Amino acid sequence: MKLAEVAALLDARALCCLGRLDEEVSAAFGSDMMSDVLAFMNEDTLLLTGLVNAHVIRTAEMLELRCIVFVRGKRVNEEIVELAEAQNVVLLTTEKTLYESCGVLFAGGLPGVKRKK
Amino acid sequence: MFSRVFPVQKGMFDTAGEASSKIKKILKKVGIPPDIVRDVAIAAYETELNLVIHSLGGELTLSVNPEIIELISQDVGPGINDVNMALKEGYSTAPDDVRDMGFGAGMGLPNVQRHCHEFQIASELGRGTTIRAKYFLKNN
Repeated sequence: MKLAEVAALLDARALCCLGRLDEEVSAAFGSDMMSDVLAFMNEDTLLLTGLVNAHVIRTAEMLELRCIVFVRGKRVNEEIVELAEAQNVVLLTTEKTLYESCGVLFAGGLPGVKRKK
Repeated sequence: MFSRVFPVQKGMFDTAGEASSKIKKILKKVGIPPDIVRDVAIAAYETELNLVIHSLGGELTLSVNPEIIELISQDVGPGINDVNMALKEGYSTAPDDVRDMGFGAGMGLPNVQRHCHEFQIASELGRGTTIRAKYFLKNN
């Protein structure tokens, strides 16, 4: 699914890397625990989370995630946006809850991540 | 062949991940295959977080030669009470403030194991813990 379509389905606003919205993600994962994100996610996928701190971006950097969607209308400060921009990670923000966001994307055809190993 | 040491201080959550980020950049720069770079970065980040959360301080050492990459995490204590339990998914001794940051789900050490080719851990109470993760560049 193209990131532009993700943004449209979630009524989400892009916070950085607007030039990458035509890129695709193959699967998604929703969690506020970065420990689980590190254990389950693969590269070029999409993370939905209500946790907003610099470690979310660090986690995305290590895993080479393509996009993070901050749910529940969380405020994202400039430092986090700059970190994401430096790592080329697209940031989206939506007012929808984690549950609703995951449901909308799943119904739209975006599957959950499969653990690799 | 080269080796680099990255000191990691206990409790320094703000800078946690900086050593792993440097390790990832170095490996990319010297042309290590992307899947191995990613595996080493994940293992480095997990072990760096463990040093910040659980240890009294320590260091990560990255050694690279044409055949093997080795990542070593070494700390000065306090040591792990039950290493077998620490290697089980879901077992965690992390405090609540760490969980509030999104970590401490008990996935770290098993995740390091899953993201390396060879894994060794040695721990002694009062002395410290050493974790070695190896990656073989030939035949992989």
